[in-house]
Amino acid sequence: MSEQGRAGEVHATTGTYLRVAAILVIVTFIEVGIFYVPAFQGVLVPLLLALSALKFTLVVMFYMHLKFDNRFFMFLFGGPLLLALVVVIGLLFLFFGAVRLRAGM
Amino acid sequence: MSQAHATSMGLDSRKMAFWAFIGSECLLFGSLISTYLIYKGKSLVGPYPHEILNIPFTSFSTFDLLMSSLAMVLALAAIQRGDMKQGKTWLFVTAFLGLVFLGGQVWEFSHFMHEGLGLTTNLFGSTFYVLTGTHGTHVTVGVIWLLTLWVQALRGKLGPGQALTVEITGLYWHFVDVVWIVIFTVVYLIQ
Repeated sequence: MSEQGRAGEVHATTGTYLRVAAILVIVTFIEVGIFYVPAFQGVLVPLLLALSALKFTLVVMFYMHLKFDNRFFMFLFGGPLLLALVVVIGLLFLFFGAVRLRAGM
Repeated sequence: MSQAHATSMGLDSRKMAFWAFIGSECLLFGSLISTYLIYKGKSLVGPYPHEILNIPFTSFSTFDLLMSSLAMVLALAAIQRGDMKQGKTWLFVTAFLGLVFLGGQVWEFSHFMHEGLGLTTNLFGSTFYVLTGTHGTHVTVGVIWLLTLWVQALRGKLGPGQALTVEITGLYWHFVDVVWIVIFTVVYLIQ
């Protein structure tokens, strides 16, 4: 525990990094693939957001080492990230909610 | 080296400060992405996103940036185990892939300008250039940072003792990558 976050620490093996890279590439192919398939148009947005979140999580957890590092770093990153998400969702509700009210929807 | 900068929590102060900086960057990009989404579909004149965004080309740029993240972790792992030959190679590969991404962005911006989409043409142009341009500026800073480390490594001034410096550079580079993951989905795929 005391060694966490110090230089010289090996966080994951090269094999793990390569597997994560392979998953990232495959998920990107899937994202681009479903973009072109008309059958997915109805669920395109939630599907793409979920796949994007998966890629985001993989990079943060394995390449940025948050999975292996001190939990305080997770707090330092996760707190503002959560706040940013709340701001994005709040602003979207604020603006699109106002548009719907004006339109009488 | 890291112990000289340790906080009362036993964590390196530079790494802690850098995570806090990355947290603040989440808010910066959160505000830019919000602005893009709020003005999405509100342009009164073209060109519109579906008319000019090139998905195959941007998919390649995304692949390029993902591979640069892989090269970055391989560089860090090599330097941590004292394999400076591989460390130098992977650092250069990371910077090179970053340059390829930037070249793609310059080509994309030039192409869009040629198609009539300027910064003040419409709301799409303004929000698109500000968001992707800010990201591109971050990539440029990252490439300069990586090349600086690479030159230091060539001069023999970078070794396992400076692994934390490389790790912090890597944190920045991976953050630039995750921001692009979001931009690729929100701007390019969800039209």
